[in-house]
Amino acid sequence: MALSIEDIKKIAHLARIEVSESDAAATLTKLTGILGLIEQMQAVNTEGIVPMSHSQDVVQRLREDVVTKTNQREEFQKNAPLTDSGLYLVPKVIE
Amino acid sequence: MINSSLKTLSQMLADKKVSSVELTQEYLNRIDTFNPVINAYIALDKDKTLAQAKAADVRIAAGSAVPLTGIPIAQKDIFCAKGWKTTCGSKMLANFVAPYDAHVITQFDAAGAVNLGKTNMDEFAMGSSNETSYFGGVKNPWDYTRVPGGSSGGSAAAVAARLCAAATGTDTGGSIRQPASLCGFTGLKPTYGVVSRYGMIAFASSLDQAGPMARSAEDCALMMNVMAGFDERDSTSLQREKEDYTRDLNKPLQGLRVGLPKEFFAEGLDANVGKVIETAIAEYKKLGAEIVEISLPNTGLSIPVYYVLAPAEASSNLSRYDGVRYGHRAESYTDLMDMYCKTRAEGFGAEVKRRILIGTYVLSAGYYDAYYLKAQQIRRLIAQDFEEAFKRCDVIMGPAAPSTAFKAGEKVDDPVAMYLQDIYTISTNLAGLPGMSVPAGFSTGADGKALPVGLQIIGNYFDEARMLNVAHQYQQVTDWHTRMPDLEMSGQPTPQGNK
Repeated sequence: MALSIEDIKKIAHLARIEVSESDAAATLTKLTGILGLIEQMQAVNTEGIVPMSHSQDVVQRLREDVVTKTNQREEFQKNAPLTDSGLYLVPKVIE
Repeated sequence: MINSSLKTLSQMLADKKVSSVELTQEYLNRIDTFNPVINAYIALDKDKTLAQAKAADVRIAAGSAVPLTGIPIAQKDIFCAKGWKTTCGSKMLANFVAPYDAHVITQFDAAGAVNLGKTNMDEFAMGSSNETSYFGGVKNPWDYTRVPGGSSGGSAAAVAARLCAAATGTDTGGSIRQPASLCGFTGLKPTYGVVSRYGMIAFASSLDQAGPMARSAEDCALMMNVMAGFDERDSTSLQREKEDYTRDLNKPLQGLRVGLPKEFFAEGLDANVGKVIETAIAEYKKLGAEIVEISLPNTGLSIPVYYVLAPAEASSNLSRYDGVRYGHRAESYTDLMDMYCKTRAEGFGAEVKRRILIGTYVLSAGYYDAYYLKAQQIRRLIAQDFEEAFKRCDVIMGPAAPSTAFKAGEKVDDPVAMYLQDIYTISTNLAGLPGMSVPAGFSTGADGKALPVGLQIIGNYFDEARMLNVAHQYQQVTDWHTRMPDLEMSGQPTPQGNK
């Protein structure tokens, strides 16, 4: 399927990445090339083949529902762009 | 000393012929001299490094040393190391100081190894030339005008230029093996699940696997003994008995069945690289190996499948970079949505954005079956190809990369050409199999420069010890792995990536 500039803008919005008009045009060219490569898959008959998500068919391990980690909020928040009284600050979202 | 094996260095440390501090200082001096040009390291902390070396000397003196105690190791900047800047080659994490250690780092620390510094890499491990790094490209020590490969390009250049005794890397589609081939050393990507991914910054979680990058197979075996092992903090870590990867190194190869997939020697392979590989195969025949013609018919599909699965997983993994909890945040924005969009537009480089967009597209409503599901189905076909092949052979051999190191800038504007660099390596990641690249000789180009070529060895699941044996026996009768480049003191400024 051929992508349009509008598609690029929609995908970029879904991915939360701002694109300028000129970026969108350049991205369209590159993405069209990559999708062309991906299209080779469509020629393969995959009817009845079980999808493979991992190489080893192992199940997720379970563990007891007990506390295993200590609180390291201060340590972790040293890397945060903006905090106040132990809270992460973001632009106002509720009027 | 700098061209010695890990075993020799350990012996020298044990015999007090050299201290860890002296050995570490020797590498730090080389880094001071050559890193400004090669750009292999992007974070150094001499105080931390030398403190570890001093502690190792105390341990050696106390008689409680284990293999790798006091050995200086370079760590790919994808591994979180507590108190170290850990950037994953991205502006997004340019100021991120890891608050905890990756399992791999914990293992090296427990062994008393010395962390020499963090190495340059393609941004979020997405690239095959190290040119997507926010911190600039890395020079191939064999020819400064060429790339070292990627994504573990900094570790690769550091090993090749002997700016470390050994290094770590990660391999999602070939990021240990392709640079090992382009820089002329031994690199191993283990079976998926053998080395814990805890604290290793995620790219494509069902494919990412860490492994050693070192001079020889024996060195890689010693590194594997430290790196491998079950870790409950990685949900895909495999619960297996601890093994000694050096146990089979000295076994003779008489009767070894080597499978040669015809698809690995078809169109697209550089003729001179092909000749080097044929010569290496001939050497294996002399060692008693039996050659079996095999076919991996779906090899060509591995690239399309990979460029659905890896970007899909990446778009999900990289959604965590939102400018709230850590990493870059845009200077100015109007509201929350604008903050996300500007933060991510500024923080990610062009290739990373492309892959996030591809991943977002293939996972978007209405396209899941046509892309993601289809790719997972073909992934099974690729794994089945190997399953069939291993009924007839013990290991598979072929080239690790289709050409020798290419010129910096040559493929940077053509993603599809860059992706084809991984044509011989990606299928093993999709199948979850172990693969390695071993120095097999040199190919001389039109400009008269001799560039290294790597022989790829692919093994069945959990067959790393055998692969290391197969590589080690070859390294007993060849000396390609001992060759090191004559380093120039200067060169053109390192080409910049996405910056």
